[in-house]
Amino acid sequence: MNAAPVESLPAPPENGLSFVAEIGNLLHAAEGNPINTCIQCGTCSATCPVASGGFMDHSPRRIIALIRAGFKDQVLRANTFWYCASCFQCTVRCPRGIDIAELMYGLKRYTVWKAQHQEGLIGPVFSETFVKMILRSGRSYEPVLATTYLFTYGLPEIIQEAQTATALMLKGRLPLLPARIKRLDNFKRMIRRIIPLGDSE
Amino acid sequence: MKTYAYFPGCSLEKMAHSYHLSALETTRALGVELRELEDWNCCGATAYFHVDELLAYTLSARNIAMAEKEHLNLVAPCSGCFKNLFFTRSHLKHDPDLAEHINVALAEDNLQFTGSATVQHLIEVFVQDVGLAEIKARVTNPLQGLRVAPYYGCQILRPRKDHEDVEQPRFFEDLVAACGAVPVSYPLRLTCCGGALIITNRVAALSLVRNLLESAVRERATVIVTACPLCQVNLECYQKQVNREFGTDLNVPVMYFTQLVGLALGIPPKRLGIGSELVAVMPAIADAQKTEPAPVGT
Ligand code: SF4
Ligand code: SF4
Repeated sequence: MNAAPVESLPAPPENGLSFVAEIGNLLHAAEGNPINTCIQCGTCSATCPVASGGFMDHSPRRIIALIRAGFKDQVLRANTFWYCASCFQCTVRCPRGIDIAELMYGLKRYTVWKAQHQEGLIGPVFSETFVKMILRSGRSYEPVLATTYLFTYGLPEIIQEAQTATALMLKGRLPLLPARIKRLDNFKRMIRRIIPLGDSE
Repeated sequence: MKTYAYFPGCSLEKMAHSYHLSALETTRALGVELRELEDWNCCGATAYFHVDELLAYTLSARNIAMAEKEHLNLVAPCSGCFKNLFFTRSHLKHDPDLAEHINVALAEDNLQFTGSATVQHLIEVFVQDVGLAEIKARVTNPLQGLRVAPYYGCQILRPRKDHEDVEQPRFFEDLVAACGAVPVSYPLRLTCCGGALIITNRVAALSLVRNLLESAVRERATVIVTACPLCQVNLECYQKQVNREFGTDLNVPVMYFTQLVGLALGIPPKRLGIGSELVAVMPAIADAQKTEPAPVGT
């Protein structure tokens, strides 16, 4: 874990760092072994429910191979890490002790900072909405998340989601008003110590 | 009475309110007090780690520090919250510089992280702290003949590598058996339900849900029991969508382990929040107990 402020995190490639070194830096404080210890055995891909279901354009093993071979563009354009469900199956099974799930988080952060993610993915928008919401109220609130859908999904999905939401609402399982924590001012000051927010509203 | 600081997490406020109710009812019946953390904040959920690790640690650390202030250990019923809180504590304990940095921020709310409070998942309080023998001794309504698929999901167990249970856990099956029910052997009990993907990749998530439901049906389970609100909502509330997407006809009730334990302890279903499901639990349970009187083994 890197305790440095956000703006000093990973160096842009212009300063001469190779892509594989950048990714190495991204994970240098993680507990797992570096990705150059990967033996390409494929255990991670075989154990990954999302890759096995055919939903990732590159499997976790392949992402590691692409990083090591320096295929930066392919890696950053991949959907692999956005479709990672954070189930940690790969991490606990990797024979080389590589924390692949953490690599997936690292790649998400890297692409969000560099704003280089694949067009049309919902993950980045969702992360952003979620963060803004928590910074405003200290709590998360499902109906706000639903608006992420409105902008990113097609009509049939929205209708299906609305039907699920209505069913839950009838059972008293959706809140009508978002919750807020009580010491919100302290909370916001606390956040400002960690990230310079400008104005957190 | 043993007391814990209780971190319900955002989904227990409404979406998983029945988990909240049944957690409070059953722990009380077992002589445990869950004292809700005053003014807890969102743990950051998974989405936070995408954007800013440091901020995510700060959010979790605030909750842990509030438990420390009360001199209580912290308990979370949601596997996602549990994982965030658990790892924040262990990272901060192993990295004093990080802890110092975060403590500067926590000072804005007159809080400090020292690492004195432990972090547990609610199910650990049941199986480790209260103990299965104690639970069994208090069962007044053994759920005989009820075939239960115990669904562990991901983050109770993973990625804790030092935890012996990562590959072959038994505690959920044992808990089900302590309630007098029959734990079926559930091959996908450790496989992800895709809860984190339901918004970001709906079809992938629905297909993982489908696999889990079909596996439970194959094992002739009457209900799936979970220990996480995200898993419960994903498995239960998206069944209609699964059926529409894949042309299946799945209708499997999914309940919380606290509801199962509560029923076995003789607590009325209503007080366990049973009745707010989209796939009704009680008729299925009544049917199962009628048709399968006290079978032996699975
Ligand atoms: S399981 Fe580990 S060693 Fe095997 S391919 Fe995946 S990352 Fe490499
Ligand atoms: S953590 Fe992500 S990459 Fe690893 S097995 Fe799970 S879904 Fe696949």
